[in-house]
Amino acid sequence: MPIRKKGTKATPAISTASLPDIVFMLLFFFMVSTTMRDSEIMVQIRPVKATELTKLEKKSLVSYIYIGPPNQQYREKFGTAPRIQLNDAFSTDKDIRLFVENERAKLDEKLASQMTVSLKVDKDVKMGIITDVKQELRKANALKLNYSAVPRTEALK
Amino acid sequence: MRHNRSIPEINAGSMADIAFLLLIFFLVTTTMDTDKGLLTLLPPWSNEPPPDIDINRRNVLDILVNARDQLLVKGKPLDISELKDLTKKHVTNNGIDPQYSDNPQKAVVSLKNDKGTSYNMYISVQNELKAAYNELRDEYAKTKFGLKLNDLNEAQQKEVKEFYPLGISEAEPEDLGGAAAAGGGK
Repeated sequence: MPIRKKGTKATPAISTASLPDIVFMLLFFFMVSTTMRDSEIMVQIRPVKATELTKLEKKSLVSYIYIGPPNQQYREKFGTAPRIQLNDAFSTDKDIRLFVENERAKLDEKLASQMTVSLKVDKDVKMGIITDVKQELRKANALKLNYSAVPRTEALK
Repeated sequence: MRHNRSIPEINAGSMADIAFLLLIFFLVTTTMDTDKGLLTLLPPWSNEPPPDIDINRRNVLDILVNARDQLLVKGKPLDISELKDLTKKHVTNNGIDPQYSDNPQKAVVSLKNDKGTSYNMYISVQNELKAAYNELRDEYAKTKFGLKLNDLNEAQQKEVKEFYPLGISEAEPEDLGGAAAAGGGK
C-alpha cells in the first residue's frame, strides 16, 4: 500500500444526519426538567436565606403566594407598601380563601389534600401581613405551608 | 390497477431546524428553578380559643422576637447564633437543670413575634429551631441505627421523630412596638 501524500485528500464533509437526534434529545430533556412559567411576578422579592431546606417534590401541587413591595412600574398605582400577589393580580388577604379554593379545584380530588402553598416573601416584609395570610390559609384549610428560601452558606451574624 | 412508482424519500434536512425551533421555544417559555424552602404544617383553624393545657413552665422554651428583630429567650436577651445550641440544651436536658425540660417528648418551644418583626428574622429563628431538631434527630438516628435520618426506613424515621417530636407552637403576634405601623410603609 503506497503511502499517500499529505495534502492531496480533501477533508470529508461532517455528517449532520445525527443532528436532529441530538437536538431532539436536548428538547426532550428541557421539556421534562422544566416547568411552564406560570405568572409574571409583579412584586419585588429578595429571597430569605436558610439552611434547613426541603425540596418541593410535586410542582403541580404547589400554589404560590408572592408578597413584597410592588415593582417600579406599579408603584404609581399601588404604592410602595408590601402587597400580596395571587396569580396575576394584586390582592388582599380576604381573597386568599377563594384563591385556595380555585387552586384546589384544579387538582385531582385525591391529591387535593396534599396541596402545598409556597410563600415567596421579600425579606423586609413585616410579620403582620404574613400572619394575616397564615390565618386565612388556616381558615381555608390549606395547612401545608412552605416558606420559600435560598440556601445559605455563610454563618449567621 | 397499481402504479408501481417508488415513494420518493422525504427530505429530512430541515428536521434539525424544526427541532431547534421547538427547543428554543421551550427554553424561553419554561423555567427551571426548583423551589426549596422550610416546610411547615399549620394548625387547623378553630373558632374556639385554644384549650388551656397545663404545661409545666420548665418544659416551655419561650422565645420572643420584638419589632427590632431582637430575641428574648426565657426572659433574657440572646443572640440568634446561640439559639440552636440553647434549643438543643433545652430539649435534651432530661430533667437535670431545673430551668429546662423534663424530657424531649415534653419539651415545647413557644415562639411569639411582634407584628413589626421582619420576615427575614422570623425565617432565621424558624431555621435555627428546625436545625436544632434536625441535628438532634440525626444524632439519635446515628447512635441507634448507625445511619442518618434520611437514610432510615419509614418505621425507623417515625421512631426517631417520636423520640424528638417537633414541638414548636406559635402564638398570635402582638403589636408591642410601634414599628409595625411605621414599617408597613417602608
